Amino acid sequence: MKHWAIWLPLALFGVLFAVFASGLIAPGDRTIVSQMIGKPLPDFDLPQAVPDRPAVARADFADGKPKLLNVFASWCVPCVAEAPYLQQLADAGVPIYGVAIRDRSPDVQAFLARNGNPYARIGADDVSKIQFDLGSSGVPETFVIDGKGIIRYQHIGDIRPEHVPMILQKLKEAQ
Amino acid sequence: MIAEIALALLWLAAALAVLQLGLGSYALTARGAEFLRAIRPIAVVQGLLVATAFALLIVLFLRTDLSVKLVAANSHSLKPIIYKVAGAWGNHEGSMLLWVTVMGLAGSFVALLERRLNERTMVATLAGQAFVSLGFYAFMLFSSNPFERLNPAPVEGNGLNPLLQDPGLAFHPPTLYIGYVGLSIAFSFAIGALVTRDVGPAFARAMRPWVMGAWIFLTLGITAGSWWAYYELGWGGWWFWDPVENASLMPWLAATALLHSVSVLATRNALKAWTVMLAVVAFSMSMVGTFLVRSGILTSVHAFAVDPERGSFILALLAIYIGGALALFGLRASTVTEGARFHLFSREGALVMNNVLLVGVLGIVLMGTLYPLVTEAFGTKVSVGPPYFNPVSAIFVFPMLIIMAAGPLMRWRSDNGRKLTNLMAAPALAAAAALALVVVFAGDINLLPLLGLVFAAGLAIASVLPLWKRNLRRTPAHIYGMVIAHLGIAVALAGMASESAFNTEKLVASEFGQSHKVGPWNIELQGVKPVAGANWTALEARLVARYGDSNVQTVLAPQSRMFSSPPTATNEAALLTRWNGQLYVVLGEEGEDGRWQLRLWWKPFVPLIWYGGLMIGLGGILALVGRTSRDRRRKDQPEFEPLAEPAEPTPAGGREALA
Amino acid sequence: MFVAAFMVPASAQDTLPPAPYAYKQLDDPAKEKSAQDLMMTLRCLTCQSQSIADSDAPMAGDMRHQVRQRIEAGEDPEAIRAWLIERYGDWVSYEPQVTAMTWPLFAAPIVLLLIAALLLRKRFGRARAAGDKS
Repeated sequence: MKHWAIWLPLALFGVLFAVFASGLIAPGDRTIVSQMIGKPLPDFDLPQAVPDRPAVARADFADGKPKLLNVFASWCVPCVAEAPYLQQLADAGVPIYGVAIRDRSPDVQAFLARNGNPYARIGADDVSKIQFDLGSSGVPETFVIDGKGIIRYQHIGDIRPEHVPMILQKLKEAQ
Repeated sequence: MIAEIALALLWLAAALAVLQLGLGSYALTARGAEFLRAIRPIAVVQGLLVATAFALLIVLFLRTDLSVKLVAANSHSLKPIIYKVAGAWGNHEGSMLLWVTVMGLAGSFVALLERRLNERTMVATLAGQAFVSLGFYAFMLFSSNPFERLNPAPVEGNGLNPLLQDPGLAFHPPTLYIGYVGLSIAFSFAIGALVTRDVGPAFARAMRPWVMGAWIFLTLGITAGSWWAYYELGWGGWWFWDPVENASLMPWLAATALLHSVSVLATRNALKAWTVMLAVVAFSMSMVGTFLVRSGILTSVHAFAVDPERGSFILALLAIYIGGALALFGLRASTVTEGARFHLFSREGALVMNNVLLVGVLGIVLMGTLYPLVTEAFGTKVSVGPPYFNPVSAIFVFPMLIIMAAGPLMRWRSDNGRKLTNLMAAPALAAAAALALVVVFAGDINLLPLLGLVFAAGLAIASVLPLWKRNLRRTPAHIYGMVIAHLGIAVALAGMASESAFNTEKLVASEFGQSHKVGPWNIELQGVKPVAGANWTALEARLVARYGDSNVQTVLAPQSRMFSSPPTATNEAALLTRWNGQLYVVLGEEGEDGRWQLRLWWKPFVPLIWYGGLMIGLGGILALVGRTSRDRRRKDQPEFEPLAEPAEPTPAGGREALA
Repeated sequence: MFVAAFMVPASAQDTLPPAPYAYKQLDDPAKEKSAQDLMMTLRCLTCQSQSIADSDAPMAGDMRHQVRQRIEAGEDPEAIRAWLIERYGDWVSYEPQVTAMTWPLFAAPIVLLLIAALLLRKRFGRARAAGDKS
């Protein structure tokens, strides 16, 4: 029984140990990042979500100016938290197009009345279709779209004060 | 006071474990032989002390002593008694104490009961057991003390997650756990035998009941867990290849292989090095499982006490014990004498091949479970799920089923195949009949379930053939155990295959008074009313089910429950079991049009999955009882049964060799 | 250990009814079956580790709606899988695709069988030779 096979279990255990150790040392990021960065925005044409803002369609992104596409919902708690910073971005002259996910128009209106309305356009998506198009897996998420309609950047989760300059920078890069 | 006493007992037990290891090792040297006799009593006392500490923890939970941090964090004065008790092990610290308790008690029992093993090997085994226990004592005493006090004591405890307040869940985890930890004894026996270079039938006979015991607990634990997921999840799935499920399957696969090879070693003095390695692998899979469940490095629906720091500790223990044992194996295995020889075409040969295939499945499950971690280290996320595990494990499982059918009918050492060919005609016929029936009546079904049904039919017949022409009354219990366990595999396989082949699903939005057909059933929704439980409220539907043209009506009452703290929604499915399958009904939400979502399934023969699991466990119990009493009666007999030269033995000779 | 939490957090949920095909089957049983087979192998984006066929999460429902709708429109299940992989990466599919990253998964059974055959040959090649001599 004197041959290499005797050391095989120990060698395999070494591999196992390395895998476990690497899993512990560098725990994987659990967020699912969109694979659509650098690709053109897929075609969509959403209905209007609130009466005082026009709807959103793919065509609205092709006017040469970089924009933010923000998916949000009135039932989403972090969306309340990010509202003031979206407003900051809007005040800085950034056009923000919103999509309300699985929401009702009166609820969205109440949400905007309470938390401010930074959106230039708001579409309504009752079946999360836009999220599948964008490779987005939750709300809120914010995408930087360049003037040709190419997705440049994905921000997952709510926008906090420290993210504002970074997003402005990304918008500038998308010029 | 109780907590302080318990903690003191724990420290004392740990000190005894140090002594058990230190003195035990010294006793094995040339000068220390006089201490050999001291080790057994130390092991017994160590086990008693730690068991008392665990009992005191249960007492603290029963009294809801909120000045103890663990009790305050996991219990509540108003909980029913059963959940107070279960609360003692339903958390990280308590389950670690259960771990060392099981290890300590197992060591005590070995020290008290095992008399045939060479005393030096015995002492080495107990020292090994103490060595492993020490790691967990250290873990507990230095970083997860279950008896830590809380000052000031809170007025009320946090309570237990409402989902865990289920009688099944109170006892399912410790069942699996005892199986996990029970394998530590097999591990220690292997270490002991490697240290004293004493791998032989006596060693195998000493180890066998422990392997069987642990395996029975694992079998029943996995069966119960699968049943629980089936009825609690509300989607009718029974196995998801989730990392935590796989973590319980892997020790079972290794223990199943070990169980068979240890029998070959006990009766035929063959497969020495292989058995020792499997004993190490089986326990390492237990530790890997514990690591995966607690470190949180893999995403799972069944997360438990996840904490990366604990993960590091368990990983360190894993490296010390498993790495150490495998290094010892590498150094010593070459000095283990080669066992008795046999032909590939023999009972031993069949067992070896099955062992290899079981280890193959184990390798696939391990690889598939961990592969997402590997790719993540390289920056890619992948998911490995049923579409990988099912077909790839089938590559190993189906050949295994054939060997499983034939193996028990073969003779030890060498088989000429003549009798086997005759005997195997019956199972082959059964498989062919099953194939014909399925093709004619079920029509177009997928390949894997089709193979499953065909193999189940063949294996069912083959597994009872070892009883053919035997005096049934004089047949030893362990033969019945084997027959029932193998039959259980066939039964479970039939259930699994039917579940995936013949399921009928119906999703409907129903008005009151509306009838729906699912499979042979007619189901009418009669109403929905609110009901309330201790800490939940629910909507309960009233459905009336009729089978085929029958006028017998059965009322089903699925619930959709809302727990208050933490706010959680669960579905309580309603199940209706007939001999030929199960009706599974779930109540969904009310739509805006006032219609209720219903999910209805007719699952032909699905309960066979768990009946099969129970049969496998029952077979194990019979084999354990039969083997143990037989081994005890045979104390004075030679170490293994010498066989007549198998040149051309009579059929009767081959038959006897079955025992 | 199956100490578990199959739970849907009750807070922060939308009030909208589920998407039309989230809990509704396709009329054609063949199409429904291929949709079901596909849904069993797609991973729910917002759950811990469940397929979209086993989850009550709203986003899993929306994904079922997408799948059923596309199958109804005659799309091939593998095209739908590819559509999702294009957006979420291989993670979204429980059926690993053969790529530069995942080929070892598929080589594993072959390697395991080869190692087993090699070891058995070593063991029984010798045993047979010895057996023949005696």
